Amino acid sequence: MPLAIALILIVVLSVLFQVFTPWWSTPVASNWGHIDDTLVITGLITGVVFIAVNIFIAVAIIRYRHREGHKADYQPENKKLEWTLIGLTTLGIVGMLAPGLFVYSEFVDVPEEADHFEVVGQQWQWSFRFPGEDGVLGHADNRFITPDNPFGLKPDDPNGADDRLVLSNEVHLPLNRPVKVLMRSKDVLHDFYVPQFRAKMDLVPGTVSYFWFTPTRPGQFEILCAELCGVGHYNMRGKVVVETERAYREWMAGLPTFAKLQEGTTLTDSSDLSFEELVEQGRQLSQAQGCIGCHSLDGSPTPGPTWLNLYGKQEELADGSSVLVDDGYLREAIVNPNSQIVKGFAPMMPPYPFTDVQLDATVAFIKSLSDKAPNQEGDTQ
Amino acid sequence: MNEPQSFWTKYVWSQDHKVIAVQYSITAIVAGIVALVLSVLMRMQLGFPDSVPFMDSEAYYQAMTLHGMIMVIYLLTALFLGGFGNYMIPLMVGARDMVFPYLNMLSYWFYLLSVIVLMASFFVPGGPTGAGWTLYPPQAILTGTPGTDWGIITMLISLAIFIVAATMGGLNYVTTVLQARCRGMTLMRMPLTVWGIFVATIMALLAFPALFVSAVMMLFDKLLGTSFFMPAVVSMGQALDYDGGSPVLFQHLFWFFGHPEVYIVALPAFGIVSDLISVHARKNIFGFRMMVWAIVFIGVLSFVVWAHHMYVSGMNPYFGFFFAITTLVIAVPTAIKVYNWVLTLWRGDIHLTVPMLYAIAFISTFVIGGLTGLFLGNVIVDIPLSDTYFVVAHFHMVMGVSPILVIFGAIYHWYPKITGRMLNDTIGKTHFWITFIGTYAIYFPMHYLGILGMPRRYYAYENYEFIPQSAHDLNSFISAMAIVVAVAQVLYIYNLFWSYWKGKEAGPNPWGATSLEWQTPQTPPVHGNWGEKLPEVHRWAYDYSVPGYDEDFVPQTQPQPEDRPAGEMA
Repeated sequence: MPLAIALILIVVLSVLFQVFTPWWSTPVASNWGHIDDTLVITGLITGVVFIAVNIFIAVAIIRYRHREGHKADYQPENKKLEWTLIGLTTLGIVGMLAPGLFVYSEFVDVPEEADHFEVVGQQWQWSFRFPGEDGVLGHADNRFITPDNPFGLKPDDPNGADDRLVLSNEVHLPLNRPVKVLMRSKDVLHDFYVPQFRAKMDLVPGTVSYFWFTPTRPGQFEILCAELCGVGHYNMRGKVVVETERAYREWMAGLPTFAKLQEGTTLTDSSDLSFEELVEQGRQLSQAQGCIGCHSLDGSPTPGPTWLNLYGKQEELADGSSVLVDDGYLREAIVNPNSQIVKGFAPMMPPYPFTDVQLDATVAFIKSLSDKAPNQEGDTQ
Repeated sequence: MNEPQSFWTKYVWSQDHKVIAVQYSITAIVAGIVALVLSVLMRMQLGFPDSVPFMDSEAYYQAMTLHGMIMVIYLLTALFLGGFGNYMIPLMVGARDMVFPYLNMLSYWFYLLSVIVLMASFFVPGGPTGAGWTLYPPQAILTGTPGTDWGIITMLISLAIFIVAATMGGLNYVTTVLQARCRGMTLMRMPLTVWGIFVATIMALLAFPALFVSAVMMLFDKLLGTSFFMPAVVSMGQALDYDGGSPVLFQHLFWFFGHPEVYIVALPAFGIVSDLISVHARKNIFGFRMMVWAIVFIGVLSFVVWAHHMYVSGMNPYFGFFFAITTLVIAVPTAIKVYNWVLTLWRGDIHLTVPMLYAIAFISTFVIGGLTGLFLGNVIVDIPLSDTYFVVAHFHMVMGVSPILVIFGAIYHWYPKITGRMLNDTIGKTHFWITFIGTYAIYFPMHYLGILGMPRRYYAYENYEFIPQSAHDLNSFISAMAIVVAVAQVLYIYNLFWSYWKGKEAGPNPWGATSLEWQTPQTPPVHGNWGEKLPEVHRWAYDYSVPGYDEDFVPQTQPQPEDRPAGEMA
């Protein structure tokens, strides 16, 4: 009897929960509002079955619970009832499947007029590439990736020269223009997921996956990674800015092309660069190499120590000793990271075989983030 | 019959299926307790971030991986097939033992070895793997994931050993069912428990090889530098030597095993719960033949639905149409089972014993888990929900909570046969209510976090704008409930110990059940099960409340009366 009451209460509370829940889909910001409709249809049909089964059990318990002298019926089967139920179930299934497949056929059918851009994932950051004036993305492959060519564009592919590169985790898209998202990964599986767009898809190294959508609401939306990609998975953040065509064009014009980036990053000597130039080189390098995936710039907790105010700090090491974070320590920590592990962090950083110039640039960038750094001019060697 | 000679041959190197079953069960439950503790640690981090000092993101992902792997493989699969399969099959089909007792013994020792290797991974350099129980490459063997050296290797080796054990056991169960049934025990007179375990075992024999080869291939990728699953990658700034492999190939192999695996756990639970409901409602299972066919259809169909785990994996999106259809078709035989369980209750004589409480709770939780499966199987509805907490809530309801409720009910039901004593009802009911209501409180609201869009496998959710504070509060509530339910499991374990010595004497057939295991000459049954003469079966296992009999059950061994022709179902 308490079980019957419990089941009825479960039904009542579930329905109330559904009606009053403060937790529901984020307001949709793409053309995939139909996906929400299929969710609601499925919810209604399954909700009816959930209520019916639980109430049926509760009634059965109340009516047929054991009492003295009571004996159960003997009825092995009832063909008519069984086939009726099978028929009804099939109807319900069709009621969910048909609209679902209809919307899915739109989902897999990318419109002819859709623009396209590329999302590149690596542990634990996003970068993006647009096709440039020619409207064609240059061929790219992980085998072409070098410190100077973080996207792995095929160097002699003419289509790639004008590709616009975004070496940060913020991407802009024009409002109300269908767009096909092409996805690549440099290392492991990732998943490009913006809750408000509803659609999501894995990034798989070695292949290019895709989906399409039309942004329908201006604003800023968070990009999350939805496929486990290692210890920094939960922190692989990005941002999509949906804006007017004009604002988007302005943003696009400020992006470097692949050809330009190639010229700019062939550093051979740092002695003729100003500290500011070196910091900028370091900033680009640490984005391209993924450093900032593990080392936050604003003090927030990440898999590696934050770079905010790191320079000049006394760092406690895992073996109990302590060390002053200076040029020498930082250079060693990049080239040979597991020789001195900071307390509370795991020995998981791979060695980065940087050139002297790259080391100078990176250290300069870290220095620029610290208010404890000594006079910055001329102290870069 | 080789009678055991000493303590060692009787309880340790035993070839008696009943002893092996208990060995399997105890080992599986101990492993399950480890996995339960890991889940509490995870829930502490999610509900009360940074409350456990050593719980950094590495430890979190390691706990998550081992929790999933232990629960699915080393607890559920081992307990249903190695535990219940071993104990029930020979008794229920009227055999003296499994047909290959020595192989059966080896099966247990290989299983134990696989558990030891798995547990050893907690102590190897770098700790256990944190790649998620799905062990997806490239991540499982690359920097950036915990345990990519020793951890993943011990995990893969342990899985390979487990599969060897499961194969030795599985060949035994199938052969015993097909070859060692007693006189009169036709296939259609076997109880549904045996049917569920039988079909699940055939599935295990067909599905586990896919996992075995993927484990071996990944070991080769890791140790020999092959590229089965590894394309050209640049890991943490370093180009690796891999080239040309396919990470999605691993996912196909994994889920070709992984989806049938869901039913390898579910079918024995379906079978067992059918018998619990029938016995305790004193009524034959409704639509027995349809129930058998449903088990068989589910078994067959479950081999052509695997890619519904991969709708957003980057595979060719046109596969989605095929797998959405096959997946939703499988809902029909599954729904039949639910209807027939509840129709068995209708016009029954429902004894609300503790096993019956668990059985009815199973129906309720399984219905939730099954229905949410219709969201995730329908490809377009899955796209926003995949990799969110909706999935976590769904699979915990359908293959965590429900089968485990059946296990609780089943142990409660058969404990008197295994030990000769009844379990304590007060402790049993207390445990039941906390577990049933508690799991509802944990998983029901969790679906809504998924609809909101909270991704799963996140160590922390700090500073995400789309997640309101109320969602964090709900997470704390869920964690609190999870801890209550986890602690309550002590009650059940305590009951098992306490009743072993202090429980009420059970007698041979305390529930008044018809199937053969309750008709043994001794309780607990001795080695060889049946004494001088094997039993002979004259009717199906569901003759409850048959008109014209004084008792409300007629054992399968009781001959049909001369003047009464065998009924349709006999």
